Amino acid sequence: MDCKEEAVDLMHTYLDGDITKEEEDTLRKHLEHCEDCQKHFHELNRTVTLLQTKDEMKAPKDFTKQVLQQLPAEKKHMKYTRWLRSHPILTAAAVFVLFFMGSLVSAWSEENKLVVSKEEHLIIEGDTVIVPEGETVSGDLVVKNGKLIIDGIVDGNVTLINSMLVEDIDETGLLASAGEVNGELKNVDQMFEWVWYNIKQTFHDVFSFKTIQ
Amino acid sequence: MDMLMIQEKINQVKKGDQSAYEDVVNHFQHRIYHHCYRMIGNVHEAEELAQEAFIRAYVNIHSFDNNRKFSTWLYRIATNVTIDRLRKKKPDFYLDAEIPHADGLDMYTQLPNDDRLPDEEVEGLELKRYIYQEISNLSPIYRTIIILRYLEEFSLKEISEILDIPLGTVKTRIHRARETLRKKLRNV
Ligand SMILES: [Zn+2]
Repeated sequence: MDCKEEAVDLMHTYLDGDITKEEEDTLRKHLEHCEDCQKHFHELNRTVTLLQTKDEMKAPKDFTKQVLQQLPAEKKHMKYTRWLRSHPILTAAAVFVLFFMGSLVSAWSEENKLVVSKEEHLIIEGDTVIVPEGETVSGDLVVKNGKLIIDGIVDGNVTLINSMLVEDIDETGLLASAGEVNGELKNVDQMFEWVWYNIKQTFHDVFSFKTIQ
Repeated sequence: MDMLMIQEKINQVKKGDQSAYEDVVNHFQHRIYHHCYRMIGNVHEAEELAQEAFIRAYVNIHSFDNNRKFSTWLYRIATNVTIDRLRKKKPDFYLDAEIPHADGLDMYTQLPNDDRLPDEEVEGLELKRYIYQEISNLSPIYRTIIILRYLEEFSLKEISEILDIPLGTVKTRIHRARETLRKKLRNV
């Protein structure tokens, strides 16, 4: 038997756990007579034993956190979905509250007739309230469910509820308010719209959650 | 976590649930980090490469075939990322026995030394370090295969999947690597 070719090959076959019974016998018989191969086989076995030294090493403490911070952002609806899925009771409560609030809101907005706190010195055209140029409205002005154009002067606070302040746009494309308000201008509808928008968004997510399931 | 739980987590990640991936990273972090460390021999690079591996796995999660073993796939990514890095280094980097651990950051010098170790243990550490050094001196291809087979105890078949090479090639390479190490370690 050729030591270099056959015997050493068989040693490796043995180390890989692939050796057949016959091959093992052949190798054993060869080793009984060949000292070089005995040494070679011994060295190989010892090498494998040396390599199999156990050791353990831990990743740094914040490893997972570091990885997660570098991941691309997940889709938004998934965050809701996961939250909703992991909080079933809260979800049921939230859905109830949303429906409840939703019905309140729609009840509120159904009452959408124009309401103005006063009519003196004002021009009312449909749902538009105009403070005409050269006129001065004294006292606070409240407009609900309409539009307000101030070309004149309001000598008091202006409160807009579910309403819009219409401002003229001049040739430069900039907003220019021709009139003036000598008090505070409060716009309730911005906040109202914001809340409404959010409720609608959440509804949307709740429903898309249902379709995902 | 067992394999079924991992599989379930992976399905959740595929649906876009990032928090499920947290559990996956937690589960595999030490093994993958250690694997990268064994291959690159430097804790900073090992951390960076292991992170890179997890990020790549996440980004490419849809290309993972659920009928296969996730750990194998993950090791494959970590191995590829690390081999890429090794190839970008100067080719003689890993051939020089002194350089890889010259920064004193390898795991054996990291052990606390306030308690003086008995001589036997010092010898044991020296031996470990020497063996690791010899593994590091192998070219990346042989080094990887020795690490996977003996330090991480993967089967030959698993190694062929991790490295995406035929089983026969795994065997040929492992035989060569064993012969090289036999010559280096016979006088230890
Ligand atoms: Zn012989």
